[in-house]
Amino acid sequence: MRLAELRNHEREVYVFQLRVGVAGVVVLVAFALLFARFFQLQVVQHDTYASKAEDNRISIVPIAPNRGLILDRNGVVLARNYSAYTLEIFPAKVKDLERTIQELGEVVEVQAKDRSRFRKLHAETRNAESLPIRTRLTDSEVARFAANRYRFPGVEIKARLFRQYPYGDLASHVIGYIGRINTKDQERLTELDVEANYRGTDFIGKTGLEASYQQELHGTTGMEQVEIDAAGRGIRTLARTPAQAGNNLTLTLDIKLQEVAETAFGDRRGALVAIEPATGGVLAFLSKPGFDPNLFVDGIDPQSWAELNNSPDRPLNNRAIAGIYPPGSTFKPFMAMAALELGKRNFKSAIHDPGYFEFGGRRFRDSKPGGNGYVDLYKSIVVSSDTFYYQVANDLGIDAIAGFMSKFGFGAKSGIDLEGESIGVLPSPEWKQKRFSKPEQKKWYAGETISIGIGQGYNAYTPIQIAVALATLAAGGDMYRPRLVDHIDNLRTGERRNIDPVLQQRIPLKPENVEFVKRAMAGVNKEGTGARAFGNAGYTNGGKTGTAQVIGMKQGEKYDEKKVAERHRDHSLFIVFAPLESPKIALMVIVENGGFGARAAAPVARTVLDYYLLGKLPERVLKPGAAAEEADEID
Amino acid sequence: MELAQLSPRRIFHRMTAGIDSTLLTLSICLAALGIATLFSASYENPGRVSAQLANLSVALAAMWLVAQIPPQTLMRFAVPAYLLGLALLVGVALAGEVVNGARRWLHIGVTRFQPSEMMKLALPMMLAWYFHKNEETLRMRNFAAAALLLALPVLLIARQPDLGTAVLVAAVGCYVIFFAGIGWKVIASLGVLGLAALFPLWGMLHDYQRRRILTLIDPTQDPLGAGYHTIQSTIAVGSGGITGKGWLHGTQTHLEFIPERHTDFIFAVFSEEFGLIGNLLLMTLYLLLIARGLMIAANAATFFARLLAAAVTLMFFTYAFVNMGMVAGILPVVGVPLPFISYGGSALLTLFIGIGILMSVHSHRRLVQT
Repeated sequence: MRLAELRNHEREVYVFQLRVGVAGVVVLVAFALLFARFFQLQVVQHDTYASKAEDNRISIVPIAPNRGLILDRNGVVLARNYSAYTLEIFPAKVKDLERTIQELGEVVEVQAKDRSRFRKLHAETRNAESLPIRTRLTDSEVARFAANRYRFPGVEIKARLFRQYPYGDLASHVIGYIGRINTKDQERLTELDVEANYRGTDFIGKTGLEASYQQELHGTTGMEQVEIDAAGRGIRTLARTPAQAGNNLTLTLDIKLQEVAETAFGDRRGALVAIEPATGGVLAFLSKPGFDPNLFVDGIDPQSWAELNNSPDRPLNNRAIAGIYPPGSTFKPFMAMAALELGKRNFKSAIHDPGYFEFGGRRFRDSKPGGNGYVDLYKSIVVSSDTFYYQVANDLGIDAIAGFMSKFGFGAKSGIDLEGESIGVLPSPEWKQKRFSKPEQKKWYAGETISIGIGQGYNAYTPIQIAVALATLAAGGDMYRPRLVDHIDNLRTGERRNIDPVLQQRIPLKPENVEFVKRAMAGVNKEGTGARAFGNAGYTNGGKTGTAQVIGMKQGEKYDEKKVAERHRDHSLFIVFAPLESPKIALMVIVENGGFGARAAAPVARTVLDYYLLGKLPERVLKPGAAAEEADEID
Repeated sequence: MELAQLSPRRIFHRMTAGIDSTLLTLSICLAALGIATLFSASYENPGRVSAQLANLSVALAAMWLVAQIPPQTLMRFAVPAYLLGLALLVGVALAGEVVNGARRWLHIGVTRFQPSEMMKLALPMMLAWYFHKNEETLRMRNFAAAALLLALPVLLIARQPDLGTAVLVAAVGCYVIFFAGIGWKVIASLGVLGLAALFPLWGMLHDYQRRRILTLIDPTQDPLGAGYHTIQSTIAVGSGGITGKGWLHGTQTHLEFIPERHTDFIFAVFSEEFGLIGNLLLMTLYLLLIARGLMIAANAATFFARLLAAAVTLMFFTYAFVNMGMVAGILPVVGVPLPFISYGGSALLTLFIGIGILMSVHSHRRLVQT
């Protein structure tokens, strides 16, 4: 009994100890497993996890550079930055956008146009981190939102710099505007391989100098390495590369002159370009109507956009570089130059003008019924004889005309530092061959050459081309590339880069021929078609009026301004340079549907020249700077 | 002679009579590592550290007290402790306080405590007592009865719900049954049955419990929700590398990427700052502790003492393994503290009482062996 008990006890202890052994083995295996896992994590995959920990810890925050300023030639600020509060929504962090916007409306004012603008931005910019629902919050709105902030996860107030154009629509086609980077801009930045420099930047130049000098104005994006905690709060800055502000552009443009020109131009449609012949510097550049570039800065609301985009006046078109017009009689001085240079006419060449030129059984009428009688070369310009130049064109032939005019830049991009330039049409048999598809249209007919002589027919040039041609003539054949920017300042280094005048070519013109044509143009303003506008100018000058037909007149039909719809009326053109010796300014102005050149365009030119050369302000022009003072009140 | 008997040396001797220096050293070393890690996890704020030091002194006192009690006396507490624990669990189910969606706490006077914590020791004591009473005539029905004694508290704890503790308590109970000598065939068939039962059991789990198991398989499925803990703790462990980032220099820890870094996920802090070398040290300490415990169990005098000592030892192992496995991303996220390291008074108390039991078993290994 006792023995059995003892044996039983021994057996029990044996079983127990065996199981303790088993347990020991299980423990060792389990710990070996853990060790294997630790080895895997801490040795084999250490690099992966170390970088994951770093990614957790360090957030790279781009610092957007301040955009460079745009200043006129006298240092007047045309585009600047100001700091303002915006209310921004992070779409990815907001579940119900509509409801959030609805509720935001209870805290700060959210107008219908704010909503529609937000929706438009949201549709256009897929990758944007945050988008503004309201801009330019008032201090009390900021305070109210701050108090209600807990209700709006994914909505934040940001202080950021905004672009502002203090002169509003003045020179709007020169300066252009910036807008949010959209998907298309993003693609272009990727193509240019400058994406990295645009991290943290939401805006980009869309038109005007803002677009063409985008790289200069943008600057260099800085970076801040911030240690963040699990909640994304910045703990401390580990490293910082400050942003470098964009460069400042100083223009050749004189904003006061621009203001005088725009005021004189009034509400009409058209363009004006004034160039310094000796440098190519653009002094005034207008395309009317303009627009308020400030509208675009925060993202334009769809209503304003529709108004601008659908207006029959097409205010977003930059007419000065993209509008193409027949030059009309402003073409005649160049035709005279061609005739002299190519030996088809001399100073004494004269015709008897019966009021028409007959060619191939067709009568090409002079604008003066009955003609001008005896017309020599000088008089042909002063009275603007059509008959004279019908003959000149016919004698020169289309190839000679096209060859000569191309030297003056007609039918080619002027190379001005703006995007979106048109090339216009310099008519020639080759051009026609390319332009038309039907064989009978491809052929150049000799009759088509006739009206080319008076700046009609297929002739179609941009105002900048005509202005450059005039400046070239005024400078005796020296053609400078037109440019709006005089120099670029890097504020950080203090370095100034001058944009030197680029002499594109030196047309070998005989000085006596140039002298003659200039004298004839002076005659225009003294005793000819421009005399009324330029009487008692107080400086020597030479000009030429022009009237460009918008609709063709049938043979025998008489143009009656009153009977023609306003938009079918002739365009009024005027070119002028002054003074005669070493001209300081060459100006081209076109007033769409303004009628006869001397009536609508020439007085505008006179006002601009009076101010530029004499500092004289016409009574009906406000004192310069008035527009800017108005703009200041918005800020 | 009388004087000599009262000398400080004698008093010290008498005081430390039941204390096993190996167990004490190992557990103190672990607790010291815990304090150091806690200091880092609480961003060098001494408040939590001093609270844990207070917990530690209470736990050591309890250990000392238990170490003085012979296993025979301890055995007498088994049934009352178990019944009290059961009653308290029922009390929790009826009138417990809800914290974080689980009804686990019971208010007693000024403090609150988790009766499930008490069950971690009361259940193995109860089972060991039961097997000890039926030592001579162990049959299948005894094991069935033991299973019932185990199931009652485990189900009550699982209902709270507190899956982690339920699994631990069940594991400790199972260890007792295993060491009591249940047949291998029974274990095998239970294992098969258990696997079969997984499917209906899956249906009984709470959503968050299922999610934890699912995200274990693929934490990236829910990187900001249930998978977040695992992803961040794995990054912490992995980024620690071989030598660690250094004490107080864990970025995952100090930038708050590790949730529950004082308690259940303190191992992530430890592992990030001390690396693979630290992990090896920690595992070695645990292994030595377990080895010492199993040795004590193997040499214990009575069936009760053997069973209890072995079960308590394996409880330490289970805690450590489940916790480290969870932090390393190979086990689901369950609320199991890292023994001697995690912050928390009641867990520390339980662990040191367990150490005290081992000490008691050790110092009384020969007393009744006649």
